[in-house]
Amino acid sequence: MQNATIWRSTVKAGLLTGVIAIYIALTGMVLSLSQRPVIGKLSLGHVVYMLVFAGMGYIVARRHVGKTQRALVPVHGALVGGLGAALLALLPIVGRKIDLAWMFVTAKPNLYKFLLFNQESTALGIGYLILTGAALGAATATLPVLPPVLHQALLGGASTTLLMGVLAELVQRTILKKALGPLFAYKGLKPWGAAVLFVALSVLFGLYAWWRQNHPQAQRSVPLETGPEPAWKRSLKLGLLLLLLLILPIWLLSKDTYLNSVLNLVGLYVIMGLGLNIVVGFAGLLDLGYVAFFAIGAYTVALMTSLGPLGMGYSFWQALPVAIVFALSAGVILGVPVLRMRGDYLAIVTLGFGEIIRILANSDWLKPFMGGALGVLDIPKPEIFGRVLKEEYQLYYLILAGILLTWFIASRLYHSRVGRAWQALREDEDVAEAMGIHLVTTKLLAFGFGAAFSGLSGAIFAAKVGSVYPHTFNLIISINVLSLIIVGGIGSLPGVVVGALALVGLPELLREFSEYRMLFYGIALIAMMLVKPEGFWPKRLNVYARPDESAPETAQ
Amino acid sequence: MAPILVARHVTKRFGGLVAVNDLDFEIEEHAIASVIGPNGAGKTTFFNCITGFYVPEEGTIEFEGKEIQGLRPDKITTMGIARTYQNIRLFGKMSAIENVMVGMHPRLSLHWWDAIVHTPAFIRQEKKVLRRAWELLDYIGLAEWANHQANSLPYGAQRRLEIARALASEPKLLLLDEPTAGMNPQETAEMIAFIRQLRDDWNLTILLIEHDMKVVMTISEKITVLDFGTKIAEGKPEEIQRNPRVIEAYLGRGAASGLSTAEATAPAA
Repeated sequence: MQNATIWRSTVKAGLLTGVIAIYIALTGMVLSLSQRPVIGKLSLGHVVYMLVFAGMGYIVARRHVGKTQRALVPVHGALVGGLGAALLALLPIVGRKIDLAWMFVTAKPNLYKFLLFNQESTALGIGYLILTGAALGAATATLPVLPPVLHQALLGGASTTLLMGVLAELVQRTILKKALGPLFAYKGLKPWGAAVLFVALSVLFGLYAWWRQNHPQAQRSVPLETGPEPAWKRSLKLGLLLLLLLILPIWLLSKDTYLNSVLNLVGLYVIMGLGLNIVVGFAGLLDLGYVAFFAIGAYTVALMTSLGPLGMGYSFWQALPVAIVFALSAGVILGVPVLRMRGDYLAIVTLGFGEIIRILANSDWLKPFMGGALGVLDIPKPEIFGRVLKEEYQLYYLILAGILLTWFIASRLYHSRVGRAWQALREDEDVAEAMGIHLVTTKLLAFGFGAAFSGLSGAIFAAKVGSVYPHTFNLIISINVLSLIIVGGIGSLPGVVVGALALVGLPELLREFSEYRMLFYGIALIAMMLVKPEGFWPKRLNVYARPDESAPETAQ
Repeated sequence: MAPILVARHVTKRFGGLVAVNDLDFEIEEHAIASVIGPNGAGKTTFFNCITGFYVPEEGTIEFEGKEIQGLRPDKITTMGIARTYQNIRLFGKMSAIENVMVGMHPRLSLHWWDAIVHTPAFIRQEKKVLRRAWELLDYIGLAEWANHQANSLPYGAQRRLEIARALASEPKLLLLDEPTAGMNPQETAEMIAFIRQLRDDWNLTILLIEHDMKVVMTISEKITVLDFGTKIAEGKPEEIQRNPRVIEAYLGRGAASGLSTAEATAPAA
């Protein structure tokens, strides 16, 4: 009986695999990515649908381990992959008989040819496809049966190698080129290069897994048991991190303009994220018009510093504090009318506010002052100690300073009376008020700080890009910032960075996927909510140690 | 002793419904008193009027001689009234000790700029907050749960934590809304002892809403009975037990007439 249910679930998973694979093929992703080699002749187009077979085989195997005989687990995997591939094979078979292109624009002969590995004979192509699916499913399904160290070694090695292949162009722009250059072809990895990389990475991952197995205390433990970290260890970690951040653009990324510009974009989103995290994450006030403050910061710097006809000729450093103060004031001004609103109502009103600012900037009415749709041009780069920060890697340090400052402020506030009041407000507004918390000041503080951070980000953005246009300050920016907070872990400061890297950095690097960016956004958010609703780097509870009674008492 | 809280002619309406009707009420300093009554009698509404959640349409509420009706809840808490809730309302995702620290909010004075700069005064105050939070948790016996998320605590512990959070605001008058709801007889007995202890240790005045008659009769020095928002009786526990109007409100008219020997002792206030 038990066995029958397991087989049934495997078949179900196989069918699901097929549906996903067909869906991916029909979105056009497979074909449009087929020109991009990853390893040898294997293209990104192959990778996207093959990953479905491999991934589903792996997921099914992990579920089945312990419920069925170990030797049978890979068979289940093969069945999942094979069945999925067989379903995918239906696409060319049906498609060649009936014209599907009237409904799915991508369902064309060249897609079918690609899916059947360019084989002349349909039967042979289908055979190859099903064999590939089954083999991939079986291979990944074997992993969970293996000893844990080997499992992690192979999984880590394979996925990292694949990632290197996908990001080959970017890897070659970094310091890694010096060490790994010969392994890469013009685009993608050479086949032998992939083999070498796979073996080396597997050994590394294996060693790490082995070390972790033998040092269980090194694993992320519950802080309750270990207590807070000793101060020296914390300082050492922080110092190393800071050093890494300092050498990141000039050494690790070899001053590469493209990579550093992506990094800077991520950085600007981190600053915004840290601000919105105060409003949404700490205080629980859903703000969908957050881009407005970014726009205010950017326009203030643009109008004050521009060398064009609209500019006033101030320097960046004179304009920066003004931009922050303007954004902060706007935050407080917006805060006042929405004080009594909660949840959805608040979201709608803030959404409207964001649009108002954009439309004002775009309006003919303010065109003589703000440039209308043509925007403000000729914004000079910031200057520091007589040096103009004109390169991306130089601007990085300005943005890094902004992140460190906002992080510091957010963290200090969080661990104080104000931070506790924000959290209480998020948990239960009525009870918070009955606990003696003044709702008006507490909310306005959250709005004010959130807006000020966003204004800072916008100010740097204007100077970095050199021009601002109203259409830049789209609703989508507000949504991006909110999404990255949720994906990173709501209320968590490191989560903001992780979220920004995942939702801003990664899509920027995978330019091939840019057409499908929103698709991946949607999938990532749904998957996140289902699998890890607390985010990649969830907020952890603070641990409060009992104060040391023997310590000398300070005067009170 | 002087009354700490005096309510005169308090009326609270919701549309056509009169939830609290022309209520006169007093509680002496350092007393333990209860408000009882059938479901929907207006007990919690009365609590909400005292703590500022609701503004009564008519009447005055004086706390230590100052009128408080219509003031914001945070103002009233700062003046020295704290409460717990019928359905526990802790800050669920914060830890137990953080809940207590939030409770201290009205007694702290430093601002966000102190927090960012970490001024010496701020560091001193935070140290004090931490020490006091631990003291309070020790007092209610929840020190082992200090760093656990509040909504992960066992039921009884959550009730006590709510009391600790209320105590953290250094109240003079503590309002407890059904503190023994959902507890077994053993836990209830412990809670009764604990409430008395509280009054003595913290020099509090305690006003309870309670459904459990055993608790009410054991602990209260004075009982006020509400029915449909109107006070129908007030007095010592033994007087209330014999009052026909109370019996009628709780058990129906027939039951009251069967107990015709009982004398009406309820003062008309």
